[in-house]
Amino acid sequence: MSVHLILFLAFGAVCVAGAVNLLAQRHPINGALSLIAVMAALAGEYLLLGAEFVAAVQVIVYAGAIMVLFVFTIMLLNAGVEERTKDSRVAILLGVPGVLLGGVLVGWVVLRHSGTEAVPAGALPGDPATIGQLLFHEFLLPFEITSVLILIAIMGAVVLAGKPATSPAGKVEE
Amino acid sequence: MVPLSYYLVLSGFLFACGVAGFLIKRNIITIFMSIELMLNGVNLSFVAFAAHWHVLAGQVFVFFVMVVAAAEAAVGLAIIISVYRTRETLNVDRVNLLKL
Repeated sequence: MSVHLILFLAFGAVCVAGAVNLLAQRHPINGALSLIAVMAALAGEYLLLGAEFVAAVQVIVYAGAIMVLFVFTIMLLNAGVEERTKDSRVAILLGVPGVLLGGVLVGWVVLRHSGTEAVPAGALPGDPATIGQLLFHEFLLPFEITSVLILIAIMGAVVLAGKPATSPAGKVEE
Repeated sequence: MVPLSYYLVLSGFLFACGVAGFLIKRNIITIFMSIELMLNGVNLSFVAFAAHWHVLAGQVFVFFVMVVAAAEAAVGLAIIISVYRTRETLNVDRVNLLKL
């Protein structure tokens, strides 16, 4: 058993545990923390695949910025423990066997038919310089379009979450 | 040396957990986090395929997925705040009116 496989299994175990914990927890803040664990472990998996820059951005943007936004919203809205609603019996009867069947089928197909060829560690140069070259030459147009998307998202967030708009007459709209 | 299929199984498991959370959770913020989990699962398969076929474009695509996820989180959380302001609940079962 190589070190690479041991590291893959260790990070994968953290990922699986975090994802299952997200489903099991009833309080959103616990879910958010387990999601941060999943994202941090995924950054480790990216490092194993040689994607250094993606791993760094995963920690900074995903585990850092996006999850801070989630935690802020949870605290801002004072979200409490999730209410339990009545479970649909048909959904349980059909859903649980369906999920098991689908999972086994997908796992079997993937393990059987995708090549057993191993992915060597660091086989691909995923350093910032190479990624930057690609991003600013080949993918320049998509990159510029995403900047427009981010701008629209910022304006949308400000409009939606800002204070209730005041009408021209000066009355506060409900 | 880890076979590509291991990465794909892990990626599929994360995606499936995201789908399950999306369907069974009742808190709108947790539903949103399940969507993020799905996006993360997809990102892992992007990076794994990029390493497998030696095409760096897969890693660049992860950035675009992250950008869309960030935009989605910003707008979605703003919508959640707006919903909470008018409905005063985070339970999706209680948000059932198109207009108040």
